[in-house]
Amino acid sequence: MNFELLIQLIVNGLIVGLLYGVIGMCFVLVYKSTQIVNFAQGEFLLIGAWVCWASLIYLELPFFLGFLLSLAFMAGFGVLLQMIVLRPMIGEPIISVIMVTIGLSIFFQALMKWIFGVSPQSYPQVFDTQTISIMGLNIEMAYLMSTVIALIIMVAFYLFFKHSKHGLAMRATAFDQQVSQSLGISVKHVFAMSWGIAATVSATAGIVIGMVNGVSDSLSIMGIKVFPAVILGGLDSIVGAIVGGLIIGVLENVAEFFDSQYLQVGNMYDIAPFYVLLIILWFKPYGLFGTKDIERI
Amino acid sequence: MSSLTMRPCGDFRTSYKQDNTIFETKTIRWVTIFTIIALCFAPLLVDGYFITLLIQISYLGIAALGLNILVGYTGQISLGHGAFFGFGAFASAWLNTSFDIPVFLCIPLAGFLTMAVGMMFGAPAARIKGLYLAIATLASQFIIQDFFARADWFSGGSAGSMANPISLFGFTFDTDQSFYYIALFSLVFMFIWGCNLMRSRDGRAFVAVRDHYLSAEIMGVNLNKYRLLSFGISSFYAGIGGALYAHYLGYVSAEGFTIMMSIQFLAMIIIGGMGSIKGTLMGVIFMVFLPEVLESAVGVMKMTDWGNIPMVVDGLAYIKEMAIGLVIIGFLIFEPEGLAHRWTQIKNYWKFYPFAY
Repeated sequence: MNFELLIQLIVNGLIVGLLYGVIGMCFVLVYKSTQIVNFAQGEFLLIGAWVCWASLIYLELPFFLGFLLSLAFMAGFGVLLQMIVLRPMIGEPIISVIMVTIGLSIFFQALMKWIFGVSPQSYPQVFDTQTISIMGLNIEMAYLMSTVIALIIMVAFYLFFKHSKHGLAMRATAFDQQVSQSLGISVKHVFAMSWGIAATVSATAGIVIGMVNGVSDSLSIMGIKVFPAVILGGLDSIVGAIVGGLIIGVLENVAEFFDSQYLQVGNMYDIAPFYVLLIILWFKPYGLFGTKDIERI
Repeated sequence: MSSLTMRPCGDFRTSYKQDNTIFETKTIRWVTIFTIIALCFAPLLVDGYFITLLIQISYLGIAALGLNILVGYTGQISLGHGAFFGFGAFASAWLNTSFDIPVFLCIPLAGFLTMAVGMMFGAPAARIKGLYLAIATLASQFIIQDFFARADWFSGGSAGSMANPISLFGFTFDTDQSFYYIALFSLVFMFIWGCNLMRSRDGRAFVAVRDHYLSAEIMGVNLNKYRLLSFGISSFYAGIGGALYAHYLGYVSAEGFTIMMSIQFLAMIIIGGMGSIKGTLMGVIFMVFLPEVLESAVGVMKMTDWGNIPMVVDGLAYIKEMAIGLVIIGFLIFEPEGLAHRWTQIKNYWKFYPFAY
């Protein structure tokens, strides 16, 4: 058994898992505050990464400025999307809401392909050194940055929800929309804000992944891969999203490892999380940390 | 979600049986029968390309009706219908080539096989619903898709598998014109079956599960049984549709049955109207003709002086995809009850014309 490879893969899995966690957090944020399952999450990553890429290549901005520009763009984009498309859907049945986000996802995926083409593009060089080695493990610089950014985002989330007025308003809305409205919280603003935040943070993740793998429409698959992570943790738990992300990140790498070493089935990396997802739904339908739905007549 | 229709003056229903007929009025019955007879003569009247579109409408329509029974009538969500459609296609081709079962028997058998698979993946539906179910069916879409690519004995792996044309009593239905009759017959048969299912106890139980599952359970409807049955029937329809597709094209490859196909099926029933059998057909017709209309629009644009924009002409494939997304969003925002509802409104408007109050 090749332990060195296994450890390397587990470390990679943890790093990627943190990113899943971040994307999952956005997903949970939108779900908790607006009761909408966002199937267009992956497209946020995609659009953010392409906008950043375009600002670096066509506008020739330095990386940091382009990064900020695309984040600002995405914040506006998320808010606008909520106002134009999702606001009319409040109160509609679940299937309609899901289908609207799926429609958005198809639309933007095709739009991005139309504008930027289908071939992957890479970012200009940001760091001087590509990989560094920590304790004998080779870690890509961009991955290291992604870990730092993911941790910063998580801490920022924590502080925002724990100590800021807006965060408190969002938590209140997630708890009970009518009560919070009667206490003077603008539910409209909360909805718009949660979409803005989700879009911005997802775009950050998109840019980070784009720096490692290049930008292409395969980024939008991340939006689907985050489902197993979110379900594992429970759809309405932010901590659960992070834990689920880490588990799924490690799991797909370990599955890949065992597959390449012993099983030789192939394609395990992509498909293992979905098997896990089905199994979880069999035994724990509400995930590890999700609140169980209790219905009263 | 059956919308209220205006009946002609003096047309009162005095018994439950009368209230429960397939066709609401005599006119509707005769119009339907004449439409079907007219469709029988279609190969003589219209050109071959139009016939291929009609065949496409038939097999997609059968599968879409299955999805509508599941989503529109029972209120479950499935994002894996495209995979079941593909499973039916592969199963029929596999049964035919491996066991030498005649093709016209393979098609219903493939339907039953798909039904079994659908019930297996629908089993979590007994415990979960709503969003969680949507995501579970999404997982089944990916798992089945992965199975197609992997199981060489079943699907021929990446090479795909060949499907023989249907032959019955020594006659081979291998041209578009002859296959059209098979497709039309299956469509009419499956739609009548669907209509009748919805008039039976089982159909009413489905609607009860959708509208208020707790009340349904109290009324004596076995929730788990009907949720699972609905998955089974919906996959059966998908399997039949897929098998027809396989024997029409003569070749099945794993690439076609992606999540995009599942979404298109959902789009069809949303556009047509959830919980409406007539609407299902309208939605399928809409979705089949949408790309054709876009294509001819670009063709017309090319002919004019100002229209030959390379971006539009080259990006036609993307424009078609974007149109699907836009149509889904547009319908959900502006006409959530679909074309069937709009059609009823138009009919009512003319019925009262010119006193529309």
